[in-house]
Amino acid sequence: MVSEHSDAFDGDNSALALKILVAGGFGVGKTTLVGAVSEIKPLRTEELLSEVGQSVDDTDGVDHKVTTTVAMDFGRITIRSGLSLYLFGTPGQDRFWFLWDELSQGALGAVVLADTRRLEDCFPAVDFFEHRHIPFVVAVNCFPGARAYGAEDVARALDLDQGTPVVICDARDRDSGKEVLIRLVEYAGRMHTARLLDSVG
Amino acid sequence: MNAQDPDARREQGSQWYDNEAGPLVRPYAMTGGRTRPGPTGVTFDLIALVTLSGAAPGTDDDSTLGPEHRALIELCRPETQSVAELAAGADLPVGVVRVLLGDLLERGRVTVSRPVPPAHLPDERILREVIEGLRAL
Repeated sequence: MVSEHSDAFDGDNSALALKILVAGGFGVGKTTLVGAVSEIKPLRTEELLSEVGQSVDDTDGVDHKVTTTVAMDFGRITIRSGLSLYLFGTPGQDRFWFLWDELSQGALGAVVLADTRRLEDCFPAVDFFEHRHIPFVVAVNCFPGARAYGAEDVARALDLDQGTPVVICDARDRDSGKEVLIRLVEYAGRMHTARLLDSVG
Repeated sequence: MNAQDPDARREQGSQWYDNEAGPLVRPYAMTGGRTRPGPTGVTFDLIALVTLSGAAPGTDDDSTLGPEHRALIELCRPETQSVAELAAGADLPVGVVRVLLGDLLERGRVTVSRPVPPAHLPDERILREVIEGLRAL
């Protein structure tokens, strides 16, 4: 191991980065939301399927190697020097679940973006975070022309666990995006406190 | 070529580098074919923060560093960078950047901060700071 570096890893004064995931169906506005709140233009990073997908993709009988590139968009919010939030738009395609696992490790929480015209598109994301006990909020992106539903209607339609916040938002709007993130961080804090109490009692 | 490609069934003379072949320089050529960071076995999170070591010498004197290693060092020079930012900045896949960072870590060129483990994560003071910071944006 790299024990000589452990101080750099755990030092109190070291910079701290927190990770928030933005998930949801294809075209629901994930990158838009990341771009609305990020202080940098959303950056794109790529991961190669051939490296991480070995155990997932059944390539039996395939005689040529396909390297698929999966893109993730991310943005950054600097809270203060040494404390930043990173937002990752998770890949929309169900094929790339395996990336979510890695992405979600150590995540503070997630935003599941939903479109009431295609609510079912966000089911996989809701399931994913519920099963892994990752705190998330559902943010309903209000597309022009979509019928307006109340937060409670959406919560019921998604059969959310009690307490999971539902926020109506406009993913293009910075203040609206900020509000979504604030709700998420508040909720993540409550979840964590509850879990700590559970583990003690 | 035949020895390495038993499935070379394409007709003689046809172009093998069609669109499906992807980039002509395979990304892992930059890592000498390695897909994982070196013997330390460290996996760098996307938000692990990479800082140049204070004592890191200039890059010119180390011939074992490739141009991509140097590019990463240059990206870190102005300020600490996350792994994701380095991948975007160097226009390299994340997997490749992880391997190259493993090299730099072993050579003592960089230090890499580990993100806070989930169990310790929401230190309330920090979360409050985040919320206030978001409000103030």
